[in-house]
Amino acid sequence: MKLPISWLKDYIDLDGLTVEDIARKLTLAGLEVEEIKYAGLPMPDHAGSGMHSSGRHEFKTSGISWDRDKIVVAEIREVMPHPNADRLTLLDLYDGQQNQVVLTGAPNIFHLKGTGKLAKPIKVAYAKEGSTIYDGHAEGLVLTTLKRAKIRGVESYSMACSEKELGISEEHEGIIILDDDAPVGMPLVDYMGDAVLDIAVVPNMARNANVMGVARELAALTGRELKKPVIEYRTEGESVENLVSIEITEPELNPRFVIGLIRDVEIKPSPYKIQRRLRLAGIRPINNVVDATNYAMLDQGEPLHAFDYDVLKSRAGNKNVKIITRSAKDGEKLTTLDDVERTLSSTNVLVCDEKGPLSIAGVMGGAESEVTDKTKNILLEGAAWNFINIRKTAKQHNLPSEASFRFSRGVHPSLAETGVKRGLQLMAEWSGGKIAPGLVDAYPLKPKDSVVDVSPRDVKRLLGIDLTVEQIAELLTRLEFKCEPTARGLRVTAPSHRLDIGEGVIGLADVLEEVARSYGYDNIPETRMSDSLPPQIGNPIYEWEERVRDLLVSLGLQEVVSYRLTSPERESRVVKYDEYVTLANPITPERRVMRRSLVASVLDAVEKNARAESIAMFEIGPVFEPVKSDPSTGSGQALPNEPRKLVLAMTGLRDALAWDVKESPNFDFYDMKGRVELLLSGLHFTDVSYIPTDSVPYLHPGKSAEVRVNEKVVGVFGELHPLVKDKYEVEEAPILVAEFDLDVLRTVSPSYEIKPVPDVPPVFEDIAVVLDESIPASKVEALIRQTGGRALANVKLFDVYRGEQVGAGKKSLAYSLTYQSDKTMTDAEAAAIRRKIVRRLEHELGARLRS
Amino acid sequence: MLDKLNEIEKTALESLQSITDQAALEAWRVANLGRSSPLMQVFTGLGKLSKEERPTVGAAANRVKTALESAWEERAQAIKEAALAKSLEEEALDVTLPGRAVRVGRLHPSTQQLRRVLDILAEMGFQVYTSREIETDEVNYQLLNFPPDHPARDMQDTFFVRAEGREDNPILLRTHTSPGQIHAMREYAAMNPENPPPIRIALPGMCFRFEQITARSEIQFNQVEGLVVGKNITFADLKGTLSDFARRMFGRHARTRFRASYFPFTEPSAEMDVECFVCGGKGCSVCKNSGWLEILGCGMVHPIVLQNGGYDPTRYSGYAWGMGPERQLMLRYRIDDIRYFWGNDLRFLEQF
Ligand SMILES: [Zn+2]
Repeated sequence: MKLPISWLKDYIDLDGLTVEDIARKLTLAGLEVEEIKYAGLPMPDHAGSGMHSSGRHEFKTSGISWDRDKIVVAEIREVMPHPNADRLTLLDLYDGQQNQVVLTGAPNIFHLKGTGKLAKPIKVAYAKEGSTIYDGHAEGLVLTTLKRAKIRGVESYSMACSEKELGISEEHEGIIILDDDAPVGMPLVDYMGDAVLDIAVVPNMARNANVMGVARELAALTGRELKKPVIEYRTEGESVENLVSIEITEPELNPRFVIGLIRDVEIKPSPYKIQRRLRLAGIRPINNVVDATNYAMLDQGEPLHAFDYDVLKSRAGNKNVKIITRSAKDGEKLTTLDDVERTLSSTNVLVCDEKGPLSIAGVMGGAESEVTDKTKNILLEGAAWNFINIRKTAKQHNLPSEASFRFSRGVHPSLAETGVKRGLQLMAEWSGGKIAPGLVDAYPLKPKDSVVDVSPRDVKRLLGIDLTVEQIAELLTRLEFKCEPTARGLRVTAPSHRLDIGEGVIGLADVLEEVARSYGYDNIPETRMSDSLPPQIGNPIYEWEERVRDLLVSLGLQEVVSYRLTSPERESRVVKYDEYVTLANPITPERRVMRRSLVASVLDAVEKNARAESIAMFEIGPVFEPVKSDPSTGSGQALPNEPRKLVLAMTGLRDALAWDVKESPNFDFYDMKGRVELLLSGLHFTDVSYIPTDSVPYLHPGKSAEVRVNEKVVGVFGELHPLVKDKYEVEEAPILVAEFDLDVLRTVSPSYEIKPVPDVPPVFEDIAVVLDESIPASKVEALIRQTGGRALANVKLFDVYRGEQVGAGKKSLAYSLTYQSDKTMTDAEAAAIRRKIVRRLEHELGARLRS
Repeated sequence: MLDKLNEIEKTALESLQSITDQAALEAWRVANLGRSSPLMQVFTGLGKLSKEERPTVGAAANRVKTALESAWEERAQAIKEAALAKSLEEEALDVTLPGRAVRVGRLHPSTQQLRRVLDILAEMGFQVYTSREIETDEVNYQLLNFPPDHPARDMQDTFFVRAEGREDNPILLRTHTSPGQIHAMREYAAMNPENPPPIRIALPGMCFRFEQITARSEIQFNQVEGLVVGKNITFADLKGTLSDFARRMFGRHARTRFRASYFPFTEPSAEMDVECFVCGGKGCSVCKNSGWLEILGCGMVHPIVLQNGGYDPTRYSGYAWGMGPERQLMLRYRIDDIRYFWGNDLRFLEQF
């Protein structure tokens, strides 16, 4: 909401407060000022020594200040032709001190060219030589300083300004023509210097989306007096009550409807002061009647709607007009004043007469009954609507407006009357119209003002401050709460412009918030908790996962985090799923489902970094498995499962190339296996086995293994299948992938014991056996370990040989054995174990000792 | 005989002068101190001398031997030092060549920041509580005091999941970690429904908003919420705890400011600003010249939410807050494009 300070000053004395002081007070109280735009008033100077206590800008600031001496109110006394240019004119202008000749091309005074001395001088905003204003002809806002120059042979040094040149609006079609009462010679900043606060209005502050609301807050925050406008006017003619009736069919949707009548309006532009304020507030002035509805809305917070009374009367066959509010019928049509035919639904509420719909309640008027240049008599509507209903309607028809903004956040029904009266008063003032006596007021559902009990004990318990009953009453009275003392504390009644105060425990929270805001959050002390400590539960799952992360980082892998949202096409490069958790409202087809494959996420990251010399990365996170509807609850489709996965991927060079490292092999299966082994041993799993598998579709069938811990399958790893790899734009090097199911892995209990370090030196021995290629190394090692028993502390494969010396279809495996016993082992003892091992290898695996 | 000894000494010492390497020195030692050297011959011949001559010559021969030995030792030391100096010089490296690369792993910057936050909170007594990412409307909104069609819902644009038969309670991607507040409160309250225990937890996790993906807005982001519930918890405690947190996170002298704000699930609600740690509050582009950085939203847990969690709002109170680790990183490192976080470009990730 854009709020001109000059308007605020109508209702509260702001002397002694800078614009920034005001903005700061409002911001701290929950009306966050997002930007201050200066339109004349002096901007704070933070560059030099003039810093005030907090010494900073505090707010995003833009705009322009008007030099007191150089920009003043002046009057045009004559518009003279330019000797050398048809489209330009010369103004005979008096600036309060002397006459000036000013060159202009403004079209809005061109018609006065050569008409001689003006009977009534025209008041303008005059910028003298040396003043700094915006360049009206430049794109955007460019500051310029007026200098003496010759234009078509005539000297020019000053100008009558447009709104753009003074930073009021974008308007540069003509010069500003001020109201007649503008005092010539007065510095313009004193006459109409302004600053606009752009305030973010949060939902529970909707009552303050108007000048009166902000003034009320400011009065409470500063302890100053709120000067409410006097809404009184003369009436004449027949009472509107005899001419118009109202029928509300659904009070829940339309708690109140108020109508006033004004006759014989003359449609014309509003006073300049009003136009300027509306523009600063971001609303385009239209004419005095429309402007009055908008002005009254910004002023009091009640959106108004003006109907052409004569149109309604003729629709009623010159009989009395009957206004009916009701829900629309599905498919009913209405052409709104933007000339769009809208198809309505039963969610929408309509304002109708007996002939049919006139407007979409609270959102937009209809074209037929709208006010035009020819309108003479006006029915002015102020109503209250159900905010949820308005919100739905505005969304449905994509019609955000100042009115729907307010109605969809809740406008108190009490404002309907105030709003209509204020609107009528302004219309009469600006259009010369005559207000009919009375108002037609249908008020079937009057909200109850909430009553809440609050005590110093409540304040202490929830806010942590000690306040007396009197102090609490004082803080709340400033915000127009009515406070009566009770035995315990206070009985507080919410003011009748507020819909956001509840009753009971909720009301208490609502009222305490008002106490805290009024007291000032700043003034509440900071304390350390003195409550008792909670039970210690910890989060073993989270802690375990963090341990996995640390292990993987220590193994040289970079963690990545991908979008959870993806597309089936993207994932289908790795694996095809029929069922997905699918978004009803995706932002793009590329991100329309929740991922099912973490492998796909990580391969996307590999592809993205394809040009890196080497990649070693991992991701930990959930995948999302849709779950069919759960018949036991009967509540429709169930929430998906979110199993947590770990995926590792490696590709590229094993060693980083450098000045002395000219080449490196690529990562291969065993690089990945090494990481997998270290991860699992780091997690203290000892019973780990690797089983060849050809059943993982995305892995190379001959280069992939299933990982089992304590016989439970916890994951797979291997080289990416060449056909899968072909679908990615990556380099030639093989891609190694590992995928673990963390929920399974986590539930496997680790076996972990710390063994004593032996005092006795170990005995080492090597053994090499030749056997069939088909026998897996793991089997050989298992047999050696089993046979060696406790004395065999370690078995390490140190060579694999294939070739002529061992014959075709054979391989040689060489192991280094470490014997370790409680006492020093003799050669004979070692030899005995060795014989046993060899015998079993020969016997069970057909191995032959290699000499 | 004594003359001969003097001659031996003189010749030997003279020839030692020109020796510069180990081999020549060894040859010299054999020639002058070896078994067949002239000096040793003198010792061998001592027996043939008269009783009178023997002590004098013996003493003189010993003196010469000692002299030659110490001269040799001195020479040997000098040669050794020279050789060492030479080899040290020859072994010198170009120390400006790059060191040998070590392959290191790193945590994702968001994980790093989450840990910083959670470590501090852990020390302050907050335990980590995690919950699911796909939620029901009921838990994400209704139980947190966002009624259906309430304008507060406009504050959070939501991704809904296609699901049959759930018009009243749609499935959605959680828009904040606050559903965890409900889950946690109910879990704690179940321990002792009559007199539920106090709660102090931190809720980290991924959240989702229906937004366009641009430099400034993302569809997913991490959040860390905090929740305290107890019988004696005040707004002053909220201010104290969060200011303590800010001082741990942003520096011992970090100043904070609390502004009134609105969230449906807290009341009173506030935004906490921290004095800009880039410019020290003087005003800069990061804080948009305000001197303050918006760091978190907070407030006293709304009575409805306490009630929905199984805590009686007339006996219990609490506070909650939420903040974004990615936003903190962006402020801290002046990152101007939020899309880097899930872009997984190693050139970005490897800088952390
Ligand atoms: Zn700054």
